[in-house]
Amino acid sequence: MKKFLLAAVLIVASVGYVFLQRSNTTPVDAAFTDSVTTSIKTSSTAAQANTTTSTPTSKPVSPTPVATKPKHAGQYSDGTYTGSVADAYYGNIQVAAVISGGKLTNVKVLQYPNDRDTSVEINQQALPMLIREAISAQNANVNAISGASDTSPAFNQSLASALAKAKA
Amino acid sequence: MKQTRTDIMGMPISIEIVDANLSEESFTAAFEYLSEIDTRFSTYKFDSEISRINRGEIKESNWSEPVKVVFALAEKARRETEGYFDIHQPNRTIDPSGVVKGWAIKNTAALLAQRGHQNFMVEAAGDIAVSGMNAGGGEWSIGIRNPFNREEIVKVVYPKGKGIATSGSYVRGAHIYNPHDAGDALDTVVSVTVIGGDVLESDILATAAFAMGEKGIDFLERTDGFEGYSITKDGIATQTSGFSAYTTI
Repeated sequence: MKKFLLAAVLIVASVGYVFLQRSNTTPVDAAFTDSVTTSIKTSSTAAQANTTTSTPTSKPVSPTPVATKPKHAGQYSDGTYTGSVADAYYGNIQVAAVISGGKLTNVKVLQYPNDRDTSVEINQQALPMLIREAISAQNANVNAISGASDTSPAFNQSLASALAKAKA
Repeated sequence: MKQTRTDIMGMPISIEIVDANLSEESFTAAFEYLSEIDTRFSTYKFDSEISRINRGEIKESNWSEPVKVVFALAEKARRETEGYFDIHQPNRTIDPSGVVKGWAIKNTAALLAQRGHQNFMVEAAGDIAVSGMNAGGGEWSIGIRNPFNREEIVKVVYPKGKGIATSGSYVRGAHIYNPHDAGDALDTVVSVTVIGGDVLESDILATAAFAMGEKGIDFLERTDGFEGYSITKDGIATQTSGFSAYTTI
């Protein structure tokens, strides 16, 4: 009976804890998610507009491969071209180049390195609740930047092969 | 003083030295060392040792010492990351660049220290080794890039002598998907930053954690001495419980 009581108390406590965590974090997260998603959409639309119309941007832009390619506007035939599968060290990358009006207007990532051997079992032990937050832009006054490298050789290789196919 | 070269390893590499005793020779020696590594390990150079090994032109007994060291490091990394870090490609060739970058930065930092430098930073494509203080006499500060807008940073961290590296994928809005399984939850993670150990270790762990998808941050939580910050495609970041040690000076 003692064990039963102890178990009951533990269950109630953990349910209560989960409920408390949820009520504390979920609404905030959801609100932030919406605003972030919206701002992401807006900024990617803006980037798209810059790419296709070559309007000078006010920000100092360190161009991505996508942004630089349209400088050679008009040399491609419209359509969607699939690039070769290129080996990144952590897996394969394959992209498709979307050409519209003779310009590169979009790059679709068809394959990227996450379809790993799922037979590897990850030990799911109890973990503390990790802190989550919606990302937001910070003051950029830093000594250096660490970010996902979007100009990996494998990415460029696949994109280059897609654009070669698109050449008129 | 800061110098950046873009002709080595196919990525911009920056070295900043803020010591009073800095000399041009330190930059020259560091970049020469990086060039040597590139010449030996580039899979994009036809005559590199790694290309020749992949074509079966060099017997294992004739591999150079650096190649043996890098292969041993890669094998160690494979074991320690539950197999998620692997330099063996599906087409049976070997691409050690995932080890080489972090290893090269780590060794370049060691080279600068050997030359008597104490306050410097070595950075290549987001993998960074820092030592001592920055030009303002404060902690080196690093911004984690916004995976959705490369002009922005979303977090400022102070590695305090530890290595820092970010692994991620090219993302434009919601265009990314896994053709093998459109509902695959793994493709929700777009950027993983790791701080801890040296830059070689943090680079390997960032790569492995990214390959694990959403489980990556839990893997980092279980890995002693390293902290992580992972961002999903909906713009939500998750940080390991000790990460805040690096967000304040």
